[in-house]
Amino acid sequence: MSDLIDLTITEAREGLENGDFSAQEYTQVHLNEIEAANKALNAFILPTPEKAKEMAKASDERIGKGEAGLLEGIPLGIKDLFCTKDVRTTACSHILDGFEPPYESTVTSNLWNAGGVMLGKLNLDEFAMGSSNETSFYEPCINPWRRTNDDTNLVPGGSSGGSACAVCAHLCAGATATDTGGSIRQPAAFTGTVGLKPTYGRVSRWGTVAFASSLDQAGPITRSVADSALMLQVMAGHDAKDTTCVDVPVPDYSAAMLEKVKGLKIGIPKEYRVEGMGAEIDALWEQGIEWFKDAGATIKEVSLPHTKYALPAYYIVAPAEASSNLARYDGVKYGLRVEGDDILSMYENTRAAGFGAEVKRRILMGTYVLSAGYYDAYYLKAQKVRTRIKQDFDAAFNDVDVLLTPTTPSPAFGVGEKSADPLEMYLNDIFTVTANMAGLPGISVPAGCSASGLPLGLQLIGKAFDEGTLLKAARVIEEAAGALPQPTKWWV
Amino acid sequence: MEINEATVRKIAGLARLKVSDDEVSSLQGELSSILSWVSELEEVDTDDVEPMTSAVDTVVKLRKDEVTDGGYAKLVTKNAPKSEDDFFVVPKVVE
Repeated sequence: MSDLIDLTITEAREGLENGDFSAQEYTQVHLNEIEAANKALNAFILPTPEKAKEMAKASDERIGKGEAGLLEGIPLGIKDLFCTKDVRTTACSHILDGFEPPYESTVTSNLWNAGGVMLGKLNLDEFAMGSSNETSFYEPCINPWRRTNDDTNLVPGGSSGGSACAVCAHLCAGATATDTGGSIRQPAAFTGTVGLKPTYGRVSRWGTVAFASSLDQAGPITRSVADSALMLQVMAGHDAKDTTCVDVPVPDYSAAMLEKVKGLKIGIPKEYRVEGMGAEIDALWEQGIEWFKDAGATIKEVSLPHTKYALPAYYIVAPAEASSNLARYDGVKYGLRVEGDDILSMYENTRAAGFGAEVKRRILMGTYVLSAGYYDAYYLKAQKVRTRIKQDFDAAFNDVDVLLTPTTPSPAFGVGEKSADPLEMYLNDIFTVTANMAGLPGISVPAGCSASGLPLGLQLIGKAFDEGTLLKAARVIEEAAGALPQPTKWWV
Repeated sequence: MEINEATVRKIAGLARLKVSDDEVSSLQGELSSILSWVSELEEVDTDDVEPMTSAVDTVVKLRKDEVTDGGYAKLVTKNAPKSEDDFFVVPKVVE
């Protein structure tokens, strides 16, 4: 029974279809695992066992009637940034205390319509602002991985730390996540899981708590490339409720993933070889290049000259958009309210008490760069730099199909190690943020281990709306890397 | 790029955020260092470059301007910290 927990979504779908086990049994083993592990890992901030059992029962009925959906009976964790009807949704912020949305996000609706089972809501950095899950109002989530012979608690990355942790520790079969500057791919790399950020506009943002609207995109974190293909299949698609969600057909990703790799052109952007990058990261990258050569792909060096400006431009654009989006939290419509002498002081008191330090920093940064006299110098300049970054990619994609880079400049770090210096924390996103700035899809695939015994990921960046090719290339890494080590189960 | 404490207080006011004296002094340092870091963007030649307004090439769809939703004030005010008769309640604004 206990090995049910180790199945991938693809394997579990087969077992459920064959009647080897029921959706209710499969859900129950996950609920037991959450119960046992969550105290140590803090991945789920709100497990929803009753709802899970109810949904699993309905799945068994549909399977019995031959009406199973693509994700029928699959227990999923939901990042607490997705609004779930009548289930508390907080973005891990104090300011959304007790908020129970009267509606369901499009992404989660799509998952439930396909038969998915909700296990609960997952931890994240407050409003998805962070790279370590340490800014959560509900305490940090802990990485299931530890360094060899060292019991220091490590961060799972962020902002989708709870999603990556829960998938890595087998507390759920797959999880939803969101990525504004690397928040799916960096935690996936830190936990040895697969994380896919789709093209901007591939997945609806409706009902997802907004951080930076021109960058935010939802995607899956899973334990295999095939599972990510399956989850994306269900999550993607046009939605009239999000005007930025693009109306283009959703291809069959599970089929596209299996197309032949021979002749695929892989670009290696030389600007990603940054100063201070660990030798083992460089070696992993070289290994990745060899794997693609062995699979019959061609390798070509490409240049993305504006790469180094992506991160500073991001730290203008993202806070600017965040400061606008977070203006809605005023103590009137939902969540926390701290009274004051008048309406202004009520606003100011509520926001002072409700937001954490990093969120305040970004709101102020955003307010500053949008304020009179600075808009052109900062925000407009950053949006122009963004065009330059996009032009770099457009030129590179004239010559190649996919780009291969490391996902992060280092493996997971310790809790508290980088939280003192905001700038040092921001540098975590150096390889991932470019894809958000240009709206391109990216995926992190586990590819090896560091000398300290921690997982490392390789990133692939694809052309807009070409997730099929991205998944096909991701399979090359997955197959070549083979069976990678798993974390020692210290948490139960 | 250095910003002073008065600027921090000014933008905190614009952002409707009450900040303590301690916060003002730490934010002044943090925001100054972030701003001097992002100022490296000045090196980029952006003459004749259009600012990006959309990450993907797409035409925004138009729809009919008509009411398609609504009629549930109770649900809208359900999460309000203070509400009365389906209205949000705020401190007195007009004397």
